[in-house]
Amino acid sequence: MNKATGIKAKHQRLVLVAIALVALVGAGLLATWALRNQASYFYVPADILANPPEADRAVRLGGMVERDSMKNAADGVTVEFIVTDGKARVPVRFAGIRPALFVEGSGVVAEGHLGSNGTFVADNLLAKHDEKYVPREMQNMTTDEARKAVAQTK
Amino acid sequence: MHGFANPARFLRIARWATPLCLLLGVALAALSMGWGVFFGPADALQGDTVRIVYLHVPTAWLGMGGWSTIAIASFCEIVWRHPLAGMAARAAALPGAVFAAICLITGSIWGRPAWGTWWVWDGRLTSMLVLFFLYCGYMALDAAARGQGQGAGQGQSRMTALFGLVGAVNIPVIHYSVTWWNSLHQPPSITMGKSAMAAAFLWPLLVAVLGYSLIFGGVVLARMRTILADEQAEARLRRKAMRASSDAEGW
Repeated sequence: MNKATGIKAKHQRLVLVAIALVALVGAGLLATWALRNQASYFYVPADILANPPEADRAVRLGGMVERDSMKNAADGVTVEFIVTDGKARVPVRFAGIRPALFVEGSGVVAEGHLGSNGTFVADNLLAKHDEKYVPREMQNMTTDEARKAVAQTK
Repeated sequence: MHGFANPARFLRIARWATPLCLLLGVALAALSMGWGVFFGPADALQGDTVRIVYLHVPTAWLGMGGWSTIAIASFCEIVWRHPLAGMAARAAALPGAVFAAICLITGSIWGRPAWGTWWVWDGRLTSMLVLFFLYCGYMALDAAARGQGQGAGQGQSRMTALFGLVGAVNIPVIHYSVTWWNSLHQPPSITMGKSAMAAAFLWPLLVAVLGYSLIFGGVVLARMRTILADEQAEARLRRKAMRASSDAEGW
């Protein structure tokens, strides 16, 4: 096509599409970078303590349920526990039906608002599990023990 | 690679590759499902709920794989003008959309017992839903362009190919949504060369991924053959009409 410069049309298209793709990926990365705060599904305890939301503003708090922090109230539905991200801790109170996977040492996302006394009052709890999948028989074994158990069954 | 762009050679290979992919794919998918559901272990935390992973994860990967196919094929069509590449992109849209839909449905069914909700608007779920809408938009755009007679032969119109290319921006967003942003969905269990999944879950899952990939490949090949057959039928009708009109002039 472009006989004057000696460039083949398909090479011209290749370069144009490559430049367009680089611009596109750059735009996508900038957009996701700009969204990094808005697109997060929850605040971690450190965020909440650094920038406390106004009282009564609905927010989500996510983190790990601290071990040995869960206290069941006498009414049978209220539970108090501490959510931690390793840097900060926020006490949470919730009354209602808890998801089956809501256990100490596991992840949780609490929907609710920060009370004036610093306790997060949750209206709803969502369980957040991690990416590990382990059969029941192997959950208390270390990696070496598990490997031995697997080797024995062969 | 250019050798496979020849439709006659493509048809010769696709004729036996299509049933092979479909039969092998269905057999492997059924095997993995039986293995995982009836013989595999239950998860320590989630119990039997985890068994839906053998449908959820392969369909999620192929939902993304379908759009990657569209994007790569669109790239080849825009740069090298291979009509067969355009046909591959058009053929991949429907199975990709079906896999994305199955991923969303099984994810929702899994979310209720595992997280305590059918749906949340976190980064992973939202970007996957956007992928499904992109498929719908792609198919609508392709049908509209085709209705207006755009697109050389049975390839895509230029606008459809560009849409396929631009939509690929969403694929890395889906993949990294759980790393970039806090989300309810957990980070990936299987990354390059590493698995946070015990071998008892990993092996049937890998068989499932292979099986569903073969099904996807078989459906794409079958749809490409249909598109090529359509083109041949249309060309034959055109020739017939031309001959009829020239015969009429002879009278």
